Amino acid sequence: MSLSHAFFAVIRRDLVLALRRRSEIANPLLFFILVITLFPLGIGAQPHLLQAIAPGIIWVSALLAAMLSLDSLFRSDFDDGSLEQMLLSPHPTSILVLGKIVAHWLVTGLPLLIVAPLLAVFLGMPNHALGILLLTLLLGTPVLSLIGAIGVALTVGLRRGGMILSLLVLPLYVPVLIFAGNAVQMAGSGLPVDAQINILISILLMALVLAPLPIAAALKMSIN
Amino acid sequence: MKQYGSGYSLFDGYFKAMQTKSTHFLEGTGLSCIRDDRVLFKNLAFELVSGQVLLLEGKNGSGKTSLLRILCGFREPDFGQVHWCGEALNNSEFYAQMAYVGHLDGVKKELTVLENLKMSLALSSSGPYSLNEALTKVHLAGYDDVLVQALSAGQKRRLSLARLLITKNVLWILDEPFTSLDKHGITLIETLMTEHCANGGMIVLTSHHDIVLPDVDVKRINLS
Repeated sequence: MSLSHAFFAVIRRDLVLALRRRSEIANPLLFFILVITLFPLGIGAQPHLLQAIAPGIIWVSALLAAMLSLDSLFRSDFDDGSLEQMLLSPHPTSILVLGKIVAHWLVTGLPLLIVAPLLAVFLGMPNHALGILLLTLLLGTPVLSLIGAIGVALTVGLRRGGMILSLLVLPLYVPVLIFAGNAVQMAGSGLPVDAQINILISILLMALVLAPLPIAAALKMSIN
Repeated sequence: MKQYGSGYSLFDGYFKAMQTKSTHFLEGTGLSCIRDDRVLFKNLAFELVSGQVLLLEGKNGSGKTSLLRILCGFREPDFGQVHWCGEALNNSEFYAQMAYVGHLDGVKKELTVLENLKMSLALSSSGPYSLNEALTKVHLAGYDDVLVQALSAGQKRRLSLARLLITKNVLWILDEPFTSLDKHGITLIETLMTEHCANGGMIVLTSHHDIVLPDVDVKRINLS
């Protein structure tokens, strides 16, 4: 079978799997919603403060929700031997892995995009910033999945890799957080955000091209 | 020709392969494996051509699985080399011609029998049998739409062995293929193995059971 057929088969399989164990998808999304809805309660009746920190709240929650969902990326494949079979395929592992990441983003990243505008309104974010918020999430969350996958691939063979995973991955998430948070903040104040968006696009493109190779290499090491 | 080949064990294998009218051969030279400062085996050499079976014997922990994983390219041997048709293992041509069934079944329990096989097919290229023929062969006909989690351990094993039939391959690498199979299952696998060798295939396997393959050239290596 051709490479593109294999690529889409991996995506389809992972989407079917996600559909059959829904709690795994629901978990990060629920976390995202809960954290954001708890902030107004914790801060009290200070709408201006809330409005000012809304971009930060949403982006930090998105980042933590992404972290929470990472482990499921390769865990079950590693445990049941599907990962071995994938590595033994004549097709390049990096492309197949990219398929898995696309599927992972569709089930964990995309739902955040769908609920984010509603939550932004909860926090009193100005309407004209909503578009930019969505755009940063659209560009940023795939980067979280791609970079996170490197960390998971390195730690999936360890019995308790959770702590190392966060230490590995969080520093690499920081640039996305800075530029995305800043873009939404500036958009809220009516300032141009082209620079931040361009940087986010370049980070996404770089991650898309550069991440799959180390992921494939790390997986090969992990199954050893 | 013999004079040229005599100095190079690699060529010997090649000529032997020519004599048996096949172009496939697997060869290991000077293989050593060290794990946790213990030498599992050293200076191991073997040669396998089409139609032959290599049976690895030895006590638990004598390095049988490690050797199989070296042959799969998962692990680098600490010393020595493995060649497939005269070339190193890490290339897609080798992976297009081999199939591996390890300790882990490599099937997803949330997918149906047919979905699992389709996935294996997508990762490889189609072999001698269609999906339904393969299921009939391993006595799983009629289980197409059953979720794998509803299958017994033996049925799961037979499903993972069905993968050998639907994908195009020459070399089978089997790690304890008879685990959790009943008497009929064992005879079934022996029949499939004989058939595979008669069609010019080759097999490397480990087994605690005595295998009965009257019509096949079985080589044995004892690792302990």
